[in-house]
Amino acid sequence: MVKLPKPGFSTIMLFLGLMFLYVPMLILVIYSFNASRLVTVWAGFSTHWYGELLRDQQLMNAIWTSLKIAFYSASMAVCIGTLAAFVMTRFHRFRGRTTLSSMITAPLVMPEVITGLSLLLLFVHMAQIIGWPQDRGVATIWIAHTTFCSAYVAVVVSSRLREVDLSIEEAAMDLGATPFKTFFLITLPMIAPALAAGWLLAFTLSLDDLVIASFVSGPGATTLPMVVFSSVRLGVSPKVNALATLIILAVSLAAFIAWYLLRRAEERRKQTLP
Amino acid sequence: MIKVIKKYLPSGRSWVFSIPFIWLLLFFLLPFALVLKISFSSAVIAIPPYQPVVEFADNTLTLIFNLGNYLFLASDSLYIAAYWGSIKLAFISTLVALLIGYPMAYAMAKAKPSTQLVLLMLVMLPSWTSFLIRIYAWMGILGQQGLLNSFLLWIGIIDTPLRLMNTNIAVVIGIVYAYLPFMILPLYANLVKLDRSLLEAASDLGSRTINTFWRVTLPLSKGGIIAGSMLVFIPAVGEFVIPELLGGPGTLMIGKVLWEEFFNNRDWPVASALAIVMLLILIIPITLFHRYQSKELEKNG
Repeated sequence: MVKLPKPGFSTIMLFLGLMFLYVPMLILVIYSFNASRLVTVWAGFSTHWYGELLRDQQLMNAIWTSLKIAFYSASMAVCIGTLAAFVMTRFHRFRGRTTLSSMITAPLVMPEVITGLSLLLLFVHMAQIIGWPQDRGVATIWIAHTTFCSAYVAVVVSSRLREVDLSIEEAAMDLGATPFKTFFLITLPMIAPALAAGWLLAFTLSLDDLVIASFVSGPGATTLPMVVFSSVRLGVSPKVNALATLIILAVSLAAFIAWYLLRRAEERRKQTLP
Repeated sequence: MIKVIKKYLPSGRSWVFSIPFIWLLLFFLLPFALVLKISFSSAVIAIPPYQPVVEFADNTLTLIFNLGNYLFLASDSLYIAAYWGSIKLAFISTLVALLIGYPMAYAMAKAKPSTQLVLLMLVMLPSWTSFLIRIYAWMGILGQQGLLNSFLLWIGIIDTPLRLMNTNIAVVIGIVYAYLPFMILPLYANLVKLDRSLLEAASDLGSRTINTFWRVTLPLSKGGIIAGSMLVFIPAVGEFVIPELLGGPGTLMIGKVLWEEFFNNRDWPVASALAIVMLLILIIPITLFHRYQSKELEKNG
């Protein structure tokens, strides 16, 4: 009996759902080329707003600050998140395991206003007791972002650590490698793709955060979402559309490269297998 | 001699454990204790703008617990309405996201493995672009002269433009739009691992597709439903950006109220008390989520 393929309810929903996700972004991109200041009226094709965007010095500074913070936060979050994931998957039965696992999963769902407020109060107390940080800015945002990004890194890395064949690590240790050496020579290369994925995720999360950064930042540091938010609050502006288009372009390009590398790695793995 | 010293020095194992542990203790758990402390303080015009809770002067240690903030929250109907509004809107949004996300995740899990990766990318891609900008996109669509109204007027479904922007409907659309990928991901991860032989067994025993779905697939995907719903519900309760940009004067949500108390009124103690009450409300959903997460960890371990 041959069943004719007909699109089921779920397939139609998948198609509609993807439309729901992509149509608003497509509209943003189209209207970034609008000559008119009004977003609802089409007045012809123009790249005028891209020029405006590049001339906006405040915005350019904010982009630079955000990229810097995202780079530092993602790098530190990968260190802490990987250590936490390693502890959670390789060490069993020790004191503080439940505390650590709660502390690593809670930031995933914690409302941002609570995290932001609590970290600000910590920094204020630290300034009173140990005299640091005197003024809040890049360093305090870095600490805040590292903390919530490590939770995401831990989730990504621990799922990879659980897939890795334990017998290879055991073999290395049986042959006399120290746990330290085993980690760096055996485990790390095997989980490297997950580390890269975790780093990228942390980088985008840090780049994207408005609420936590607003709480823990001082007058010295303004990040990109803070600038965008203050302009968006006043209403729709085509300059933001132009910025959105550039962000969407960059993310799509990165996603495409990641997809391509993943597929190539998969193919290579299939070839080496007997 | 060296052996003795080594015995008392922390081992490599405990070093590995203590770095993430201390970091999180210092920058995640301790700050909550400080929020609790400041919630018992009262606002003053100073830097920082609150009265110290613990004071040591003239050889006396004074602890002042001011319960005023909590009494204030309970007496003012604005705050109660804001908590209720947040829970209501977050609940509706979670339900809508589940109703849209479940069939999507189901279709993804049924697709060919090579297509699955592409679909997964397509679902995740929007969440990697800026959250703020994705909410901003809806401002142009939902407005009085926005694209949606122009479109509906053009095809003739409506005669007068609908009021969508600055209403609770806009907030629900915004939350569903922003958090849909987080609903789909755990559902997909759960459905893709579903044991096909169980479905075949049900079918062999004469169960109809719809019946199999209700009796087998849905109960087995309970874990994914809980995880996805919590990933949407909990952050949505404390959401600030969406009600601020898409909501109107009628939209009372606690994240926005907390923000205004903190930034506009500079009343840090009341903001702290609001945060503590919000945490107490969210403790059940957070525990639910945590229990699911640790179960997943053990299952695969």
